[in-house]
Amino acid sequence: MMTNIGNRITQGQFSFLPDLTDEQITAQIKYALKNDWAVNVEYTDDPHPRNTYWEMFGMPMFDLKDPAGILMEINECRKTFPNHYIRVTAFDSTQGWETPRMSFIVNRPKEEPGFRLIREEREGRNMRYTIQPYATDKPEGERYG
Amino acid sequence: MSEKEARNTPETGATTGSEIVGEDKVDLEQELQESNVREVLDKLDRELIGLKPVKTRIREIAALLLVERMRKKVGLSAETPTLHMSFTGNPGTGKTTVAMRMAEILHRLEYVREGHMVAVTRDDLVGQYIGHTAPKTKEVIKKAMGGVLFIDEAYYLYKPENERDYGQESIEILLQVMENNRDDLVVILAGYKDKMDRFFHSNPGMRSRIAHHIDFPDYTSDELLAISRLMLDDQNYRFTPEAEKAFEEYIRLRKRMEHFANARSVRNALDRARLRQANRLFKSGGSLTREQLMHLEAEDILASRVFREGKLDADDEVSIVEDDDRGNNG
Repeated sequence: MMTNIGNRITQGQFSFLPDLTDEQITAQIKYALKNDWAVNVEYTDDPHPRNTYWEMFGMPMFDLKDPAGILMEINECRKTFPNHYIRVTAFDSTQGWETPRMSFIVNRPKEEPGFRLIREEREGRNMRYTIQPYATDKPEGERYG
Repeated sequence: MSEKEARNTPETGATTGSEIVGEDKVDLEQELQESNVREVLDKLDRELIGLKPVKTRIREIAALLLVERMRKKVGLSAETPTLHMSFTGNPGTGKTTVAMRMAEILHRLEYVREGHMVAVTRDDLVGQYIGHTAPKTKEVIKKAMGGVLFIDEAYYLYKPENERDYGQESIEILLQVMENNRDDLVVILAGYKDKMDRFFHSNPGMRSRIAHHIDFPDYTSDELLAISRLMLDDQNYRFTPEAEKAFEEYIRLRKRMEHFANARSVRNALDRARLRQANRLFKSGGSLTREQLMHLEAEDILASRVFREGKLDADDEVSIVEDDDRGNNG
């Protein structure tokens, strides 16, 4: 349910592919910078697909010319949260867009237990279904080992 | 990968020796042409008057990088040379201008990826509260990555009289980045000679991480005159012969006065001369020729307080005009 092989969550770009290497990440960021998008690093340990607002790591980075600075920040975030989901988003501030134009995961927990299916019996033998990440059984910060 | 394998195969083994020589020979001339660095160096020679030791050092650095590039092509690997620099010299000797050129040269030689220059001072690096400095410094560093970080008046970062000054924190972050991110950015520190010497003395870590200490000498009077001609030329102005003589005299007198800031003082003097020229033309009225609009006359220059100093006490109006020299001195 809601997961693919190995229970890897699939959100944003490239999430069906194997993990991006730093080189590939650099190339993607370069593309974002070329388009004058502001790049940020975000993290979370709640993999629910409706959890759209992740915590921001550090400041959003405006006016950068080179991806090296962002990669430095990503590595800093990986060091602080080695077992969290970390994603990079590129925000386009031009009028009419004003929205993230890119978003991809750059770090995952070692184990991704996936999602539990929850059935709820309603009146008239109706069934309602929802999902819940196994990880969120534990409190924030203790979810992935 | 496959090329290497092919060379190692026994069939071609006998011939590879000579082939490598033929194939891997790199042409210095061609390399120079490809990098377009000669163009930048020539521009440097043309547009920057004087500064012999600076130009020599820049040529040396360019040569080193070029040779390094060729060495890499034939597979002689070496650690990338550190290129952090310190520019010392009196005000107005061209430190910022040279730093900008440096960024361009390093970009042409593919030492830095983008070739932009981020110029900062203490205010941009050091925060006001505890915990404010590190993010601020890091933000600046991130912006400078792929280019040159130019820290003007770097000695203000270190304030020995205040133990809890946040400048020290900024220095430590800079040191770390200068060591670990050598491929990503080049740091250039600039400032007056004596203060920089004191700064390096109290921060030996900084001194040892900077490979090139370049001292900018003061300009001679002739060089200043050449600079003034170049500046006027850029703005489509000319000296009349008398004006040039007057300006030569102006430089001679101005140099002996306090707060002399080399090329910056020359620029300010020229700006004031332009002001006077405009005023003179305005007063004369009537139709003006192209020549008249272009030429600065001797009287435009001789009106300066510098000439009248001995004979006349500076009245208020004139001293205001002359004041901007002092304002720019900081």
